Amino acid sequence: MKVELRDPNKIMKLSRLGSFHQSKLSFLRSFLNEFKEWEYKRDLFNLNENGFGEAVYSFKKNKRVYSLVCFANEIKDEERSDRVIATKWDAAFTLHDGVPKKKDIERLKNEVPKQEVGRLSYKELTLSRANKSVRIYNHVVESLSKGQQPDLNLLSKVGYLYRTTAVYGSGKFGLADRFRIKNREEINGPFRLEMMLVYLVRQFTFDQVNHVAYHKNPKTAVKLDDDICKNLGIGNSTGLGMAPFIVNHPTLLNNWILSREKALKKIREIKDVESQDSDLFIDCVKKSLKNITSWNTDSEYQQTKITSLLKDVEKFLNFINKDFNFEIEYPFNKIYQWLEDNTCEECIEYIVSIMMEPYNNIVNPLVKEMSSDEEKYFNIPTHRKVEELRNIIEEKYPNILDINFEEKENNKNFWFISKNKEEPRLADRFEEHGSELEQPLAIARDIKKLYEKLLVSKNSLTIAEFLTSNSELRHVVRRAFIVEKFPYSEIQDNTIGKDLMPIDMLRLKLSFFGALKFDPRSDKWLRICMFQGAPLPNELKSYDEQWVYKTNI
Amino acid sequence: MKSLSEIETTVKRASKAAGYSWGVSEETGKSIRLLELFSLPGIKHLNEYFNQKNKSKFENLNLISENNSSSNNPYCPITLGVSFLDQINVLENLKKIEFKNVAYPIIFISFISRSSEIIGKKINVKIDEKKMLLNLNVNIFSNFIDQEFPKIANTIEVNLLENEDNFTDKEWNNLYKLSEETFVEESDSLKEGAAGAGLTDND
Repeated sequence: MKVELRDPNKIMKLSRLGSFHQSKLSFLRSFLNEFKEWEYKRDLFNLNENGFGEAVYSFKKNKRVYSLVCFANEIKDEERSDRVIATKWDAAFTLHDGVPKKKDIERLKNEVPKQEVGRLSYKELTLSRANKSVRIYNHVVESLSKGQQPDLNLLSKVGYLYRTTAVYGSGKFGLADRFRIKNREEINGPFRLEMMLVYLVRQFTFDQVNHVAYHKNPKTAVKLDDDICKNLGIGNSTGLGMAPFIVNHPTLLNNWILSREKALKKIREIKDVESQDSDLFIDCVKKSLKNITSWNTDSEYQQTKITSLLKDVEKFLNFINKDFNFEIEYPFNKIYQWLEDNTCEECIEYIVSIMMEPYNNIVNPLVKEMSSDEEKYFNIPTHRKVEELRNIIEEKYPNILDINFEEKENNKNFWFISKNKEEPRLADRFEEHGSELEQPLAIARDIKKLYEKLLVSKNSLTIAEFLTSNSELRHVVRRAFIVEKFPYSEIQDNTIGKDLMPIDMLRLKLSFFGALKFDPRSDKWLRICMFQGAPLPNELKSYDEQWVYKTNI
Repeated sequence: MKSLSEIETTVKRASKAAGYSWGVSEETGKSIRLLELFSLPGIKHLNEYFNQKNKSKFENLNLISENNSSSNNPYCPITLGVSFLDQINVLENLKKIEFKNVAYPIIFISFISRSSEIIGKKINVKIDEKKMLLNLNVNIFSNFIDQEFPKIANTIEVNLLENEDNFTDKEWNNLYKLSEETFVEESDSLKEGAAGAGLTDND
């Protein structure tokens, strides 16, 4: 039986993309898989009794070494902010290519804590900073120093000791350009070095609390239990900065979604499912309930989604237990069809993610297809004709063409770059100033403009000729030719309408990172948790691949 | 040192601020990134051009022909470059294209270099008396790399080169003969067992 890939006009809607969950394809899981054989080491741990100072952690294999250089700083409570306007953080990090020399550490000590206003070099690969979750951090230090393990109920409310507020890579602030390192096999997957940084930061947070607790009371202090460490992740506060990324990298977006769609298609095409595979799938769904019930958020929007998800996952388990037999042919296809008919988008995508769990043979080759050589698709095929471009738009953007951008509500917002922090922002074009400096992120509106121009242009004109008098549409001409080849490269929705939920765009990207427990703090930013339940570095050589569904707090 | 990614992003934004469309600004970002990758003064000349653009007029050439001349104001190297890039499939049929009076020609060169990759042909460029060879966007050779690049080119001559060897048959044959010394003479019995041996091709 041949199953078709899902229709991009359905999957690439923001409400669906905003319902995506982590899976085996997620970057933090593929990072662990890639680096599990590497030698992990804590090379330097030079903190004072209050936990301030430098530390270096590394992964090494043969002659290749990646080193996380950490700087823990003393800041006042009033200086601590997760917002991008902050200028000081509890800790700052960079991933250095190789073993940092003393003079590298001196140089980095000057630059890394400054973050966006510091300068890095081609020897650094990623840059980040993090703030303590003060109430958790203090509680853990206090408990350990008294010889007790911390209160798990309190830990479960947050899930981490530190949260990062930005992770930068690919040439930002002088960091190495991607092209310098792209041929390294171990990083043939998106954001792999960013994942490494976050993973090693997590270990630093455990080492730091142990160190501070010990110095607080050397006689009674105990170390944070490994099982508790494992069940803590790293938090992350993410704002709109992440949203334009998925618009600005269409071929990369396509490769992420296409890999997921290919995996689903192949799983639905499995005629006979082995009992060990169906057992693993059901086990993961059951165990994952804990992830839903321990998912804390004050956001009404997210609470509603979590309630429907929980209700639908329970309904699904009921269906599997009572009405379903895995011995039928193409059982996962039947399951998928049942999900589409009976559950919400959040639940469909949740179960789709879990369907991948038994199938390393399907998923692992797809992980290698998730990067993109974007330069290859940048040039516009200007020898092609207006008629061809019009046909592409009619075929690839049917719903976009139905939107009336003359209506105020469909043209309400504009994306801009803030002067203060050079970060993307969203504003109401009818209430705020600056819409004349709008970023080219209103793709749906501009595609419609292009289409209207094409309708009154000669079919036989070449694109080169068309562009001589329509330069303002060049950016969307390029995109239309990209979507022709890459069906999942475009969000099939209006990114400037009044109903836009920008966190859907963040959620999509974060799900591919492997984030859990999306906690929207408004419609424009959210907190998440990464690596919660993940093996510790010294456990990497042999770990339970389904760790993500087995967190205990 | 600025990364190429920073260069591309900043050039894109600056070009938009200088009045170009987002699409053209994206092209400019890519082109200046390329010049800087090749250690050519892209940022310097773009900066000077944008400063001049506020004070002086420049001509936009949208449709390129064999001979292109701007008698009043110099050609804008960005519009000219984008036109060249867009029309390269047609221009490929011309052996030689000439431009008179082009501002900041090094900026224009970056677009020609990208065009060289699109058509898969090397391109020779003569800026007045200075020569450059653009090799399929992989590198740029020049006989004036250490000298200041001109701000105005009186004449730019673009020659699209046919794909030909740049060595003689004799040189090739000599080298090939030497390479044959790594081959081993096959015995008759080995020949009998080789692929296709002993069969009729009419079966």
